[in-house]
Amino acid sequence: MRFGVRGRSRLNTGGDRGRPRLNTGGIRVGSRISAVLSARRRHRFAGAVVVMIALGAFGGAYALASPSSKASADAAQATQIEEGRKLFAVSCSSCHGLNAQGTNEGPTLIGVGAAAVDFQVGTGRMPAQQPGAQIPPKKVVFSDEEIAALSAYVASLGPGPSVPSKEQLNTSDLTDAEIAEGGELFRTNCASCHNVAGKGGALTWGKYAPNLTGSSPRHIYEAMLTGPQQMPVFSEAVITPDDKRKIIGYLEALKTEPSRGGFGLGGLGPVTEGLATWIVGIGSLVIITVWIASRGQKVKGVKGK
Amino acid sequence: MSSATPKAVSAPLEFLDERVGLAKLVKSNLRKVFPDHWSFLLGEIALYSFIVLLLSGTFLTLWFKPSMQEIVYNGAYGPMQGLHMSEAFASTLDISFSVRGGLLMRQIHHWAAMLFIGAMTIHMLRVFFTGAFRKPREINWLIGTILLQLGLIEGFTGYSLPDDLLSGTGLRFVEGLIRSVPVVGTYVSFFLFGGEFPGDAIIPRLYPIHILLLPGLILALVAAHIGLVVYHKHTQHTGSGRTNKNVVGYPLMPVYMAKAGGFFFIVFGVTALMGALFQLNPVWIYGPYNAAQVGAGTQPDWYMGWVEGGLRIMPNWETHIAGFTISWNIFIPGVGLLGLLAVVMSIYPFIERWVTGDNREHHLLDKPRNQPTRTGFGVAGMTFYGLLWIGGGNDIIATTFHLAINDITWFLRIAIFIGPVIAFMITKRICIGLQRRDRDKLLHGTESGIVMRLPHGEFIEVHKPLPMEQAYELAAHDRQEPLDIGAGVDHNGVEAPNRRILRLRARVSRFWFGDAVQKPTAGELEAAHTHGHGHDDGHGELEAGESEAHRPEVGAGSGKTPT
Ligand code: HEM
Ligand code: HEM
Repeated sequence: MRFGVRGRSRLNTGGDRGRPRLNTGGIRVGSRISAVLSARRRHRFAGAVVVMIALGAFGGAYALASPSSKASADAAQATQIEEGRKLFAVSCSSCHGLNAQGTNEGPTLIGVGAAAVDFQVGTGRMPAQQPGAQIPPKKVVFSDEEIAALSAYVASLGPGPSVPSKEQLNTSDLTDAEIAEGGELFRTNCASCHNVAGKGGALTWGKYAPNLTGSSPRHIYEAMLTGPQQMPVFSEAVITPDDKRKIIGYLEALKTEPSRGGFGLGGLGPVTEGLATWIVGIGSLVIITVWIASRGQKVKGVKGK
Repeated sequence: MSSATPKAVSAPLEFLDERVGLAKLVKSNLRKVFPDHWSFLLGEIALYSFIVLLLSGTFLTLWFKPSMQEIVYNGAYGPMQGLHMSEAFASTLDISFSVRGGLLMRQIHHWAAMLFIGAMTIHMLRVFFTGAFRKPREINWLIGTILLQLGLIEGFTGYSLPDDLLSGTGLRFVEGLIRSVPVVGTYVSFFLFGGEFPGDAIIPRLYPIHILLLPGLILALVAAHIGLVVYHKHTQHTGSGRTNKNVVGYPLMPVYMAKAGGFFFIVFGVTALMGALFQLNPVWIYGPYNAAQVGAGTQPDWYMGWVEGGLRIMPNWETHIAGFTISWNIFIPGVGLLGLLAVVMSIYPFIERWVTGDNREHHLLDKPRNQPTRTGFGVAGMTFYGLLWIGGGNDIIATTFHLAINDITWFLRIAIFIGPVIAFMITKRICIGLQRRDRDKLLHGTESGIVMRLPHGEFIEVHKPLPMEQAYELAAHDRQEPLDIGAGVDHNGVEAPNRRILRLRARVSRFWFGDAVQKPTAGELEAAHTHGHGHDDGHGELEAGESEAHRPEVGAGSGKTPT
């Protein structure tokens, strides 16, 4: 069942993320193709061609993945897990161990579930590059298929949270009141680290809660489910799937709300407002005072009593 | 009234003149002269932004509901539908989204508040660094000190009114601050909030304070403040033709008034532009106050940021006595810093007067460099304030510059003590360097850029004597020697009775004036101008001049005598 879901959501995100991702996918296929692709990348029809290829590929993948019969699904799943295991051995096992049992460098991944892999790899946090206070998101190095394979592999090691379904992420049917409720939930559970507008905030020793404005609904959901790095886990029992959807709906609403009252000053609140007061306000007024006082110096010389 | 004045204007004026003596009042005051320097307009920025506050605040009162009654929101802002919130918060949302021009007015009001206190601050710095607080203006300085405190409180009460998450958190901060006062804290807090925080009394109580009591007090004090400026006449910078006994500038009417009137509209314009262009305090993003919530990046407005910084860098000290907790971690930075500001500002003019023993009136301003110690103190104070400011924004700084918040805290814990001392020393050195240069210029004139070769082969640069005006400007201040208390025994060999205090004063005075560079005496000037302008003797002469004291002087004023 999860398999079918993956197929669909992959299709979905592939569309969301658009061209640059598909290019990276292409480059990994083979150096010849990649050379052609990168040379023709800016061709007038490049976009159209890529879309065609993508449609073909996803259509094919979907046909393969859709649970037309249980046997073929099982077989497909087995190959996917196997593919994931290979990728894991190459890219992840140096820290997490050959069987994902964990080493001194990285924790065990048995039982973390597909959601954790999808989040960590899908945001580029994994594979981690260098030790630091916190592992930052970077450019994603795996294609969607590869991430799906890795997720399937890790999910096969032990039960854990799976990647949220499309329905769980669908916020389009939320009412204003439900979105407002999501806001309350966000402010109560998340804002103390991520700030009320989701702009992020500092934690101790150089760690931080990241800015959420660029995060996709799927990754937000997965972060709540799996509690990456400093973040606590908000299991489905603590915040129900419906409430998670409302929180995501609220964050999406904040993104689509126009910046009322003018330029938002980074949405960081009083610190940037104070800077604007001094630099724009007091700064321009002082310049004006200098200008006013420099006018008509010549008239001077009236003596007071 | 001149015969050219149309009757429509002259008739009512005559009416007033005959009844309240308008003409006399107007004539004596409107021909008052106001000197012209940009820094003298800073007080006016404060004045005009206060007027903008009065106007925009009055607009807001028409819609704002100072009530903490809980209601269910069903106004115009979608992502808040159906939330429980106070009427105060709901009315703030209504002002922002449903009242025509309401959001603009709110933003104008809030930007004007930020500018008001900012303008007061730089105005105060101007007054401090130029020594305009000296006799006879100490009272006006004190009024200003009170105005600054009132402004801080007024800003804070306004910031608390909308009852959003940010302002509620600010109130929580104040509640903690009050509770940290030993013994009475808890009682005072219960009295103020009408019980446990947050209760439902605080906003209805802050409201009349914000719109009536404090604006009234501020208005009265501003009137007194400006009345005193008119009464004392404004100070002026040194310059030729300007003495301690005259004022050079424009007559209040019409030149100055026209400028001032224009300037009001400029201040209003800048405030309105900021209100229109920059989002400020977006309460709809913060949400209604709920004591269970707090957002990362919660900060007070800038003028309270330094106190917030003090709290953030303070180690977590507490004492437990007989079941009571004394929270030094809040009391020292919170109550302590606000108290420090008030006390230091109030007593500074009197301390300086005690040290200098200077009882004369001063209508000519100091160049900051000619008071190295005072200027050093000022910059040290600004450094202290600035470091605390960094502390107040430590989380934003940490995420913006990828630093560890703990490192910032430790840096500040040390820098807050060392930084001001370093700033003091550097500033003082710079001032003394500038004084040296001024003295050099007076003695040798300015460099002309012409290099000459003397018959014996030496190269010298020809110096031009300073133009008279510049020389006057550089030499107009007094020489300030450290206090000389003599041997301390009268002719019978008996120690003077309050000798100990005198000795303390002498020591402080030495600290204050010991290494200031004195302007040249008349004798030195003459000597320098009559003998050649050789370059090599410049420094030797300077040093000699410094040790030379009691000679006749150039310029106005005379040396002081200890009192
Ligand atoms: C509501 C706030 C304030 C307003 C509206 C205000 C307004 C003014 C104005 C218009 C002047 C004359 C022009 C000028 O020198 O700038 C002035 C002078 C003065 N102000 Fe203020 N001021 C305020 C706050 C303060 C503060 C906070 C201080 C210091 C603690 C202060 C101390 C003085 C002094 C000593 C003078 C006389 C300066 C001189 O004659 O050179 N004022 N004020
Ligand atoms: C020195 C003077 C004043 C300062 C520093 C000041 C400051 C503030 C601040 C910072 C706010 C919060 C604004 C916001 O919502 O973002 C506020 C709100 C408010 N002020 Fe003032 N204010 C001053 C004078 C006045 C006066 C004179 C009035 C009324 C005659 C007034 C009426 C109000 C009202 C009704 C609100 C609440 C409305 C709202 O928050 O949108 N204020 N004030």
